[in-house]
Amino acid sequence: MLPILLSILLLISLYVTIIPKSFYSKFFTKNSIIDSVLGASLGSISTGHPVTSYIIGGELVKAGISLISVIAFILSWVTVGIIQLPAECYFLGKSFGIVRNILSFLFAIVISVLVVLTLKII
Amino acid sequence: MFVSVRLEAGRFRMTESRNTYMKKRKIFGLILFCFTFFIYIILFSFKRDLIISSLQYFMHIFVKVFYITLIVFIFIFLTNLFLKPKSIAKHLGKKSGLKGWIIAIISGIISMGSIYLWYPLLTELKEKGMRKGLIAAFLYNRAVKIPLLPLMVYYFGWLFALSLTLYTIIFSVFMGIIIERTS
Repeated sequence: MLPILLSILLLISLYVTIIPKSFYSKFFTKNSIIDSVLGASLGSISTGHPVTSYIIGGELVKAGISLISVIAFILSWVTVGIIQLPAECYFLGKSFGIVRNILSFLFAIVISVLVVLTLKII
Repeated sequence: MFVSVRLEAGRFRMTESRNTYMKKRKIFGLILFCFTFFIYIILFSFKRDLIISSLQYFMHIFVKVFYITLIVFIFIFLTNLFLKPKSIAKHLGKKSGLKGWIIAIISGIISMGSIYLWYPLLTELKEKGMRKGLIAAFLYNRAVKIPLLPLMVYYFGWLFALSLTLYTIIFSVFMGIIIERTS
């Protein structure tokens, strides 16, 4: 278990050092549909403490990025883990890891739409 | 006599396949570590500052992770000591029903630390009879962070935080059901 844990921590450290927080705002187009997929994709490849995703998400909303894409981003940040995928497949099985991550990606988009619709209705 | 010979042969095959599986896991871990080490060595040759900052960050999260890993290993030790496959199968197995889902959802919400720290414990529980769907529900509910709710309310409002939390819990059950049928 130790080599896997050390490898994941080293890869996460490298990722966090290379990618600055400002990197994320460059990607969004202000089109809700494209942005929700982009948000989920960026969240999927991102890693770190969830607090960071809330702060980035909050700043993105202030910058005019749609709420749908920010929710997809925040949710996939925690539920999808491309960097952790090798470890997940290694411990819980390849098909489990792949199916769970694909579903989490899709659910991030679906939930983001549902939350925004709920907020509009209420 | 014939039955006991077959049972022994079955047990032998199970131990053998488990040993092969453990060997494969070890090899995979070493390959991943060598690969990561190789990336660091290459980057160090032309981006020395980047690697130093990265290693400083690594030390920072390693200390944090160390304590949580310790807690997880204590959990693993305790589950091995007290939770027998029969009781896991009863509370989290195929016939666990609604109670199994509730346990998975609540434990997912209150679990701390990074997701990968929970993989070894979940592997242990799976081998003892925990349903795959409940593992998926546990992992999905880790998106609900009770201590971070005030921050979410501050940025997005309480209605947002409440609806996102509810949808996450509901979809964790869908996730579990789909995982059980597909993987």
